[in-house]
Amino acid sequence: MSILVNSQTRVLVQGITGKEGQFHARQCIDYGTNIVAGVTPGKGGQAMDGVSVYDTVKDAREQTGANASMILVPPPFAAEAILEAIDAGVELIVCITEGIPVMDMLRIKNYLKTSDSRLIGPNCPGIITPGECKIGIMPGAIHKAGGPVGVVSRSGTLTYEVVHQLTQVGLGQTTCIGIGGDPVNGTGFIDCLERFNDDPQTEAVVMVGEIGGNAEEKASAWIAANMKKPVVGFIAGLTAPPGRRMGHAGAIVSGGQGTAEAKIKAMQESGLHVCKDLGRLGLLCKEVFV
Amino acid sequence: MKIHEYQAKELFNKYAVPVPQGGVCDTPDDVVRIAADLGFPVAVKAQIHAGGRGKGGGVKVVRTAEEALQAAGTILGMQLVTKQTGPEGRLVKKVLVEKGVRIKKELYLSIIPDRETASITIIASQDGGMDIEEVAEKHPERIIKVAINPLNGIQGYHLRQVVFGLQLEPGLMKTVSGVVRKLYNLFVDYDCSMLEINPLIITEENEVIALDGKMDIDSNALFRHPDVVAMHDPNEDDPMEAEAAKYNLNYINLDGNVGNMVNGAGLAMATMDIIKQAGASPANFLDVGGGANAEMVENGFRIILSDPNVKGILINIFGGILRCDVLATGVVQAAQHVNLSVPVVVRMEGTNVEAGRRILAESGLKLINATDLADAAQKVAEIVN
Repeated sequence: MSILVNSQTRVLVQGITGKEGQFHARQCIDYGTNIVAGVTPGKGGQAMDGVSVYDTVKDAREQTGANASMILVPPPFAAEAILEAIDAGVELIVCITEGIPVMDMLRIKNYLKTSDSRLIGPNCPGIITPGECKIGIMPGAIHKAGGPVGVVSRSGTLTYEVVHQLTQVGLGQTTCIGIGGDPVNGTGFIDCLERFNDDPQTEAVVMVGEIGGNAEEKASAWIAANMKKPVVGFIAGLTAPPGRRMGHAGAIVSGGQGTAEAKIKAMQESGLHVCKDLGRLGLLCKEVFV
Repeated sequence: MKIHEYQAKELFNKYAVPVPQGGVCDTPDDVVRIAADLGFPVAVKAQIHAGGRGKGGGVKVVRTAEEALQAAGTILGMQLVTKQTGPEGRLVKKVLVEKGVRIKKELYLSIIPDRETASITIIASQDGGMDIEEVAEKHPERIIKVAINPLNGIQGYHLRQVVFGLQLEPGLMKTVSGVVRKLYNLFVDYDCSMLEINPLIITEENEVIALDGKMDIDSNALFRHPDVVAMHDPNEDDPMEAEAAKYNLNYINLDGNVGNMVNGAGLAMATMDIIKQAGASPANFLDVGGGANAEMVENGFRIILSDPNVKGILINIFGGILRCDVLATGVVQAAQHVNLSVPVVVRMEGTNVEAGRRILAESGLKLINATDLADAAQKVAEIVN
């Protein structure tokens, strides 16, 4: 078992003929992901490594039955790409693109509520169920299939670090989700935690947060009230200066809000096992989970 | 991207939001000339990207040409220190000269995107002209917050919540509503991440005027706002951060002595934290991104080394799509081009890590290899301490 994606997921790639799209689509195919279509306006009828390319998401979905989309288009076009996927009825939309204006994401977030689609990202590494389906730019080889740990994170390479350590200590993963580093994203911590809680194969969860906003505080409160499985938490940004955006658009401490200290405190008070030394995260998980 | 008060007011003007008559200039002579044209009294206001200018001595009200000359002489060229500039202050190169107004009432108004509810929120208070965070703390009941769904945009009832909440006299409600609606439109049209007017004033003549104006525009949206890009003032940039931005490097200068170069923002923050935990202090945040190449690594080195406080460097790369062997080649090339005057600790992990380590070992460079993150932080801390 896993959450959100598995070997049955049929993936289309928006922006498949671009440099990034081509590269990452190939990596996903190599990993074993079922990539069934690509979309690039004006290139319908062509093929990329045997994958049919369509002009619109609607065509691609109707012709191939794709139920998930990976978006790798440049930022000025990414918001529209998400809307196109929503309107075509794609169930799971994974937007890797970094740099979508907040105003566009505010509209998309509200529009999503009126649809049956789920958006992961933007500005994220994507989602992977090891051994089954990789929709994203994460290196597949560091993962270990079969669980029992679910991973949810706001970061990219920091997630790879975490996953790598888990694999090193012999802990496999059910599903790993990067929810993205933007201030407004489609899927939050709680959405993922709920699913991990209900997934029989997931026995424990690692949650990786960072400064900015209060998503970690809210997730901690949810965990205290609902979570049946142990959670190890980590927060990046203890040394980040206030008022500065630390790379990610959403990673900013403003007006005393969104500090790492407040998030760590919330995690501790909610019964999470807080990892204070990233170098030992894998070992801590082994102690707590095994 | 922040813009100056005078630039924000140009945009207010474009949206028919009233602002005081005035002009911007950069010499004392022009200050006197503009003041004489406007008629005294006038306000002379330093134009820097930081709040708290009045308390720092960057805003003066003057009543004569002599006073104007004196104020201009003091403010232009001063290192203005406010609570937002840090102790070194900011050099004032321009002032805004504005005609004095007769203030009856000061209001506070700001608009921000709310990441939690995905709405656009208007914040207003009848306690304008004061530190709004202080008002929020002492008199939370005097702060009005109105959340707007961006799909529907601003409606009449939103405006009524603002003006009734401000307890305005009936004769003013329509004018203030109109100003708030225009500011909302400006906020949305220009992809603002913050718009603040403190104070928005009611004059003795019952006019509504934006006496101040602060705007921060979403950097991710600049591709559709060439007029805002043209407002960029390089004087406000940190020189090292501006240099890094040229090479698509995300760099923030900090006050420690361990330079660090990392791929990915989250891992970069976590690396800074672990340096601190090991008993040292990070000199910077530097994210070379997932697609870093040799040239980016080289420029990263140059920028880190241009900070005289740096006594050691930690490179922490998690090779994913960016393979460790490619990165190691980049580090070796970069090190040959830049004079590496301080010890460098390298911690590499991920795709092709063995090949990467071999390239570094065979390079003849004096690089210190770390086995894992904890080891890396320990080693670099020992070097600088």
